[in-house]
Parts: sequence; structure tokens; C-alpha cells
Amino acid sequence: MSSLTDTGAAQVESRERQKAHARQRSLARIGLIIAVIAVAGLIAAPFFVYPVFIMTVLCFALFATAFNLLLGYAGLLSFGHAAFFGGAAYFTAHAVKVWGWEPLLAILLGAVGAGLMGLVVGFVAIRRQGIYFAMVTLALSQMIYFIFLQAPFTHGEDGIQGVPRGDLLGLVDLNRPLNIYYFVLLIFLVGFYAVWRIVHSPYGHVLQAIRENENRAISLGYRVERYKLGAFVMSATIAGLAGSTKAIVLQIATLTDVAWQMSGEVVLMTLLGGMGTIFGPAVGAALVVTMQNYFATSDVPVTVIVGVIFVLCVLLFRRGIVGEAIRFLKR
Amino acid sequence: MRIDKTLLAATIVAGLTMPAAAQEISDDVVKIGILNDQSGVYADFGGKWSVAAAEMAVEDFGGTVLDKPIELINADHQNKPDIASNIAREWYDTQQVDAIMELTTSSVALAVQGLSKEKGKIDIVTGAATTELTGKQCSPYGFHWAYDTHALAVGTGGALVKAGGDTWFFLTADYAFGYSLEEQTGNFVKENGGEVLGSVRHPLASNDFSSFLLQAQSSGAKVIGLANAGLDTANAIKQAAEFGIVQGGQKLAALLFTLAEVHGLGAESAQGLNLTEGWYWDQNDDNRKFGERFMEKTGRMPNMIQAGTYSAVLSYLKAVKAAGTDETKAVAAKLHELPVEDVFAKNGKVQENGRMVYDMYLFQVKKPDEMKGDWDYYNEVATVPGSDAFLSVENSGCDVSQYAK
Repeated sequence: MSSLTDTGAAQVESRERQKAHARQRSLARIGLIIAVIAVAGLIAAPFFVYPVFIMTVLCFALFATAFNLLLGYAGLLSFGHAAFFGGAAYFTAHAVKVWGWEPLLAILLGAVGAGLMGLVVGFVAIRRQGIYFAMVTLALSQMIYFIFLQAPFTHGEDGIQGVPRGDLLGLVDLNRPLNIYYFVLLIFLVGFYAVWRIVHSPYGHVLQAIRENENRAISLGYRVERYKLGAFVMSATIAGLAGSTKAIVLQIATLTDVAWQMSGEVVLMTLLGGMGTIFGPAVGAALVVTMQNYFATSDVPVTVIVGVIFVLCVLLFRRGIVGEAIRFLKR
Repeated sequence: MRIDKTLLAATIVAGLTMPAAAQEISDDVVKIGILNDQSGVYADFGGKWSVAAAEMAVEDFGGTVLDKPIELINADHQNKPDIASNIAREWYDTQQVDAIMELTTSSVALAVQGLSKEKGKIDIVTGAATTELTGKQCSPYGFHWAYDTHALAVGTGGALVKAGGDTWFFLTADYAFGYSLEEQTGNFVKENGGEVLGSVRHPLASNDFSSFLLQAQSSGAKVIGLANAGLDTANAIKQAAEFGIVQGGQKLAALLFTLAEVHGLGAESAQGLNLTEGWYWDQNDDNRKFGERFMEKTGRMPNMIQAGTYSAVLSYLKAVKAAGTDETKAVAAKLHELPVEDVFAKNGKVQENGRMVYDMYLFQVKKPDEMKGDWDYYNEVATVPGSDAFLSVENSGCDVSQYAK
């Protein structure tokens, strides 16, 4: 009897699992369709929307996506990501403007520089957990902020201004709106794909295991600290990639990008869109940047509008916009 | 996007009458954008009040120029150069904006001036301090109205020494802006026979100035110079009042402080403070009349940023009228050429590097019991002639020969 019920239970379970798999697959298919539509939309977008605006959105979307790699998948709340975003912007702006580097090379320099800063900050920060981790990253990023405030090459509060866009690989003139748009779109897609690959790799699964239960991951023999540091460096590098690209697009690098408020803003973007979802942070970033730019001409202070929307979001859909959408589809 | 009712009416009138004049106005409208901080720390320094001043300028000009309507738009850049840059680009590229003005904070002003130069558009800065705007990063189409760090240093440093404050101690914000203010002011103090006894650097956004103020107090200097800005200056002044520094006979000199901040702080804390501004409502009948009109519209008195924005908009419109077109080069040429004579600058001239030169004034904040009304804050101490207050073209670092004629 007991063996019969066991097999019965096993059958039920396997059927359940199959169903879950099917649901997962259909979700993945929906995700793929959305991705294809989104890419097609982005390719066509500059003909309908002002290109510089979309490029700004793309830069912030990539920044939030990189941040989400750490918060959403490794469960690490860094409160110092502005240092990598803004630091990379300074490196790139300086390389292009003063050293006369080719833009792509300068962007890579910015990303690598951010990665190195991430290595140092991460090395110290991952030794602590939770709120202490967040505080260590905040403290270190404030130190980096003061370095950029004081260093002569950043020109203090004036910032690095009038950064030339230059010619990509000496061939493509980036001063033409469509050229730079597709260049930025390509960088965004590469960065976005990199995050997607990392999340869906065995490495990404280990990260998620650490997020769910760090002690269990340790007891299974994973060297948790290395995984965390790896995630931190990758996140910093991609955040740097976003910051560098923004410096080329808007032709400036200023203290705003390294200030702690920017670290807060990326948390806001990620939470609004949906922490731990692939598309969420990008959606959140698009929303915040759109509000900042289009409510700038309204009579109500922008900060109030953004604040109200954030409160509503936290009260009504705690998983963020995309997070709630996924939950709705799963039902 | 806000459009004034009078402007709308003007548009309709202009549309009905259809001028026969063959003058060239691009897109049949002269569009001016006011871009500044309306929600952050500089919201009272310029803010919505600058927009109100710009509206007054358009009204006073008659709502139309060369029979074409004048349209004003404004936006809040939230103190972020990237948002400012984004909005400015969109204004120039898709909204047919002809000129952008106000531009509070240096990083924003420099970013938008760089962009305007590239796009061949006019920008007139009233809200930012940096001399770079008419120095190394000058533009043939860029103008700097109101004040700059040099004028503040000359006004507060130089003029105060002449008025007897010949030994100085600086409280300096620990970043580039603070150093340059301290250095420039210190130079004028020394040039005028004064002496700098010492300085102390405080971190940016400090809450506790007590140890710095005690050092300043014990230095025995006659003047304590506050080489910082915004909230730091306000906090330092408040705490100086608690220490009784002004009552103790020392003078307090703020290097970047306007009527709006004095009003925010209140006369009780700000009394005895020395500061430099380019305009004050109670200087003469013209100013009083303007101040009262502004008061009626906004419920407050304008400072030099707001009155300066009025002058910038008015001067731009005069230049468009004189040039007979809103084409950038022609208007910029007229802006350089025409004297600036309005309620703000009684006898202003625009230098080749875009710097508008006019007289600045050293003021001292009254004691609360001397005040006759709500906004009666200043006693005029000295006039700083424009030629002293501002750098000449040769000394500015602006290479005017690079301007394409």
C-alpha cells in the first residue's frame, strides 16, 4: 500500500514539476518575445523620440541593470555604486578630452577603472553583511567622492566640460545623432546581455543560492567570498561601462554622478522596476529618467512627484512594476 | 510647458495682423528658455522667481518683437548637469528655442554654454559664479550677466579693507570653489594693504562650525571671511551669531550670499554681515518701483539673480530688435555692441568675452531694530566700479581671437 501511495505521490509531484517547467518555459518565451519587441522598438525609437533622451535612458538602464546583478541576484545592497558610475565617467572624459583617446577605448578604460575600484571596495565590503555591508560601501564611495572633488583633473564642481564625441575607431563620426545612438544601443545590448548571461550561468545560480541562504552555500563547499567579490567587480565594471557611455553622450562628467544621491537613485530605479528581474531595473530607470526630464517643466517639484510615485509603488506593488507583472503572468 | 497668457494673446494678435515686415525670425516666434534649479538648494537664489522676472521683462518689452510673439519656457534642472544638458539639447534641437538663460550653478552653466557654442545659440548666465564662463571656456555667443567670483572677491575683499577691515581670517569650504574664493579675496585684501592672518578649511556640507569659529575668533582678525556657499554659509553665520562674533567687534563677510539667503536666515542671525551684490531694491526710485512690482507678482523682493535675469531677457529682446532678426551671430553682435541701460544695470557694457560689466555694491545687513519693513535688510557701504569688479578681456583668459567673425 505504502509503496503505491509513494509512487502516486511521486507521479503527482513529477506532474507538478512538469507543469512548473511548462510555466517556466512559457514565461521564458514571453520574456524572449518582449526582448525582441524591445530591441526592435529601440532600433526604431530615434525616429520618433529625441535620441539624446533615449541614450540617457539607456545609460541609466544599464547602470540599474548592473546594480541589480548585485542586489537582485547576490542579495548585496551596495550604497556606493555612484562611485563606479561617476568615476568611470571622469576617466573616460579625461582620456578623450585631454589625452585625445578614441571613444571606444576611453569607454573601455572607464569600465576597467570602475572594475578596479570595485575590486578594492568589494574586497573590503564583502567581509560584512547586511546593513554593515551597505555602510562600508557608502563610506568608501564617499571617500572616492572626496578624491574626485579634490583631484585637479576633475575641475571640482565645474566638472569636465565639453568632452568631444570623436570618431569611433577613427571611422564613424559620433557627432551625428544616429551614429552615436546605434553605438550606445550596441553598448547597452552588450552590457545587458552580459548581465543576462551571468545570471543564467551556473555561477549566477550559485550567487542566487548565496542570496537565499549563505550558510547553506558555505556548507555545500562554495567559497562564498570569492563569488561575492566576483559579482561585485562585474557589477562595478558594467556600472562603469554605463557611466563612461553617458560621459560621451552628454559630453560632461560632473560630481552629480559620483555623489551619494546617485547611489540612492539607482536603488530607487531598481526597486521601482522590480528587484531580481531582468527587465525590471531598465523599466525603473526609464521611468525615473523620464519623470526627471518631463516633469522638469511642470509646476510641481520633480522630487515630490518621484517621491509620491515611489511611496505608491512600495505600498501597492512591492515587487516593482515588472515583478508584479511576472507574478500576474505566473498565476 | 508653461505659456504666459499675455504671450498667448500676443500670438493671436500677431497672427491676426500678419506683419508685412520681411524681417527674419526663425519659426515665427522668439523663444527663450529659463533653465535653473527650482526645487533644490538654489530654489530661492534664482528658482521660479527668476522665471517671474523673465515674464516681467517680456511684458515690459510689449510681448512681441519685430511683430513676432515672444514665448518663454522654463524647466527645473534639479541641480544635475546631465538633466540640464538633456533639456537644453532638446530645446535647441526640437523646440526651436533661440536662447537659454539663468543657468544656476557652475557645472550646469558651463555644460549648457559649451552646448550652446556647439549649436550656435545664445546663452546668458545670471545664476552661476565661475569666471571660466568668460575665461578659458568663453563662447562668442555666451554672456555672463549679474556676478562672478572675481566681482565678489573684489567687492567683499577689496572694498571691506578700504572700509577699515584690514586683517582677515578665512573659513574656507574644502574644495576648488572655496580655494579660489579664498585666494582671490585674499589677493585683494593684500593689494589694498590688508593682511591675511590665517585660514581654516572645513569639510563641505558641515553642520558644526564651532571649532572653526573659535579659531577665527581667537585669531583676532577684524574680518572673518566665509569662503563657502549656500547652506554652509548660512550655518556658519547662524553659529557665529551664537558665539557673539559680530557683537564682539569682528566683522563677518560672506562671499556668496544674496538677499534671498539673508531673508531665509532672518535679520536676527544675519545682522552685521557684509556681502557683495549687484542690485538692491531700496537703492533708488527705479529699483523700488521694480521691487514693488515684483513683490506684487511673487510676494517677495528680487535679488541680483532675479533682477539680472530680467535684464538679460530684456537685453536679448532689444538686441533681436536692433539686429532685425533672431539669427545668433547678428544678435550676439548687437548684445556685445549695445549698452545695457535698464533697472538692473544703469550703465552696463558687454565686453568682447561676453562679460557684462556694471557697478557692484558692498552691503551690510541691518540690525533688526533698524529695519523699517519686511525686506529692509541692507545698508550700502561702498560702490565697486565695474572696471574694478570684473576682469578685463586680456586678464580673463578668454581667447577672443578664436571667435569666427
